[in-house]
Amino acid sequence: MMPRVRHGLAIAAALLLPLLSACSVEPWVKPYERAHLADPIMSMDRDPVASAYEDHVYETRESARGAEGGGGGGCGCN
Amino acid sequence: MLTHTRPMNWIKPILVVAAMLFAAGQIQAASTAAGPAPDFTLKSNSGKNIKLSELRGQVVMINFWASWCGPCRQEMPLLDQLYQRYQPMGFTLLGVNVEEDSGAADKILKEIPVSFPVLYDNKSKVSESYQVQAMPSTFLIDRDGKLRYLHKGYRPGTEEDYQKQIRELIRE
Amino acid sequence: MAATRRILFLAASMAVCGSLLAAVLPEDRADVMYHRYDGGGVTVDGPSILVRKSIGQSVSLNANYYVDSVSSASVDVVSQASPYSEERTQTSLSMDYLHNKTLMNLSYTNSDENDYKAKTGSFSISHDMFGDLTTVSLGYSVGNDEVGNNLDPTFSESTKRQNYRLGLSQILSKDSLLNVNWETVTEEGYLNNPYRSYRFRDSSGTGYGYALEDGKYPRTRTSNALAFKLKYYLPYRAALSGEYRYFQDTWGIHAYNVEFGYIHPLKENWTFDVRYRFYTQSGADFYSDLFDRADQQNYMARDKELSSFQDHTIGLGVSYAFKPEQWQFIDRGSFNLSLDFIRFSYDDFRDVTAGGPAGEEPLLGFTANVIKAYLSIWY
Repeated sequence: MMPRVRHGLAIAAALLLPLLSACSVEPWVKPYERAHLADPIMSMDRDPVASAYEDHVYETRESARGAEGGGGGGCGCN
Repeated sequence: MLTHTRPMNWIKPILVVAAMLFAAGQIQAASTAAGPAPDFTLKSNSGKNIKLSELRGQVVMINFWASWCGPCRQEMPLLDQLYQRYQPMGFTLLGVNVEEDSGAADKILKEIPVSFPVLYDNKSKVSESYQVQAMPSTFLIDRDGKLRYLHKGYRPGTEEDYQKQIRELIRE
Repeated sequence: MAATRRILFLAASMAVCGSLLAAVLPEDRADVMYHRYDGGGVTVDGPSILVRKSIGQSVSLNANYYVDSVSSASVDVVSQASPYSEERTQTSLSMDYLHNKTLMNLSYTNSDENDYKAKTGSFSISHDMFGDLTTVSLGYSVGNDEVGNNLDPTFSESTKRQNYRLGLSQILSKDSLLNVNWETVTEEGYLNNPYRSYRFRDSSGTGYGYALEDGKYPRTRTSNALAFKLKYYLPYRAALSGEYRYFQDTWGIHAYNVEFGYIHPLKENWTFDVRYRFYTQSGADFYSDLFDRADQQNYMARDKELSSFQDHTIGLGVSYAFKPEQWQFIDRGSFNLSLDFIRFSYDDFRDVTAGGPAGEEPLLGFTANVIKAYLSIWY
């Protein structure tokens, strides 16, 4: 059940095809509506030092590794 | 030799897709705005209502800001300096806070006090009519009530541009 | 290298789209943490120190110093009396470069212990688009490890690793954010643990009913992981988070984990968080707790990390934020304490220290406690 190259490509296409509309799509969350998203409690990684350690604790004891990162959201300023 | 999956095989298709969608886009952001500045009336932090059209004859700078926006807080003291310097020459600055809850704005104003009027756009009606596309956004309006310049975002050095444009509009 | 050329091409194409606006660099901060793991007879603790400072408007530098000090012996060590290394030091340096809506990162990590040295270099690039609602990112890492053995000074092997990452971060609404991440890891070289052995039935000699032999691992391993993470802002000031990750590799291991979290700020300064995580994995094709005979198959291993097992984690965290008036240099800071309780239960790894006939010892299960105590400051 190993995803071959085709599966990898399918997943990559599934991630990127929705973005195939023109770059100037109207954002449905306006820049001035991002108060909640800018709140630190909505950050995907509030404390990098702690989350890196947590990932390390699991990675040394479990076989699974990878796909732990993530950012995005935030105030979208500038 | 890595003989199992060949991850590089799927990077090429991704790059092609990415390049296509990037080419399909258009580059936004000119710094020249155009047309009459949409009128509005908002409550200010002094308690009075302020109507934009009553300020005709002055050069008006409208700065859209929020307490949660880092670059907005960064430029507030600099905007205050500009206001104090050019106000005697017929310039006014309106700080439009875009938050639903004005309490957050008032807390920031205690830490970063400013002398220019701060208006509360709680329902985001003004942000919408000005089609605010970035935080912060700064509009410059001439003495005839026409939009002349738009700055999206703030980076140190932008205040030099503000100063140049304010002087230009005051001299008209 | 072909990979870097392609990534640079993507970086160039990203610069074309979208507005001429910019995103923001990560905040300047410093963190000092004490970490401690206690479980299964092992205690590992040490510091982790991180400092991040931006230079101008486009560059942010980041340095991390981390130490693991091992002070006890796990069931692997006790049952086979092998001397694990006592201290591992890891240092990393990284640089972020911001250009309009594109953020690039270059980093280097060095990990040192007396019997294992690892060097890793990474490059990643991310780009905000669609009114800053979407962030797409690509990453590549390459690493070289040197494997040694404290019992055999002539032992020297190496491993080469490459990681490929693809990420999408999408704002769904004013109150929700979704991350999708994919990562492929390929490794080649010496992938064993030189201290670990497999065991096979042996009625002669020792009387234990089994004998030990050095593990035999494949010399390549490729794995894929796909993770979804969601954050949701509740109608009052609090946030829910959920994560699901699926993993599988060429050693026959399938695993997934799910995690749920809840963050609740209280009053001005306090934040509480609680989380639950469940992980399960199937064993590697060449894993067995007890083989019938030596050299039964090409590849044989008895590492519990490759067995079939589950673990459950309950985590609790508390944070106190402060704004120091005395030191103008510091904007704000926080004291943080987090405790995790992890329960490991193995389906096919037996605890030989508990005694019993070979192959009938009780299955291993243990609880681990993890403590993180740290101070963070922003300036």
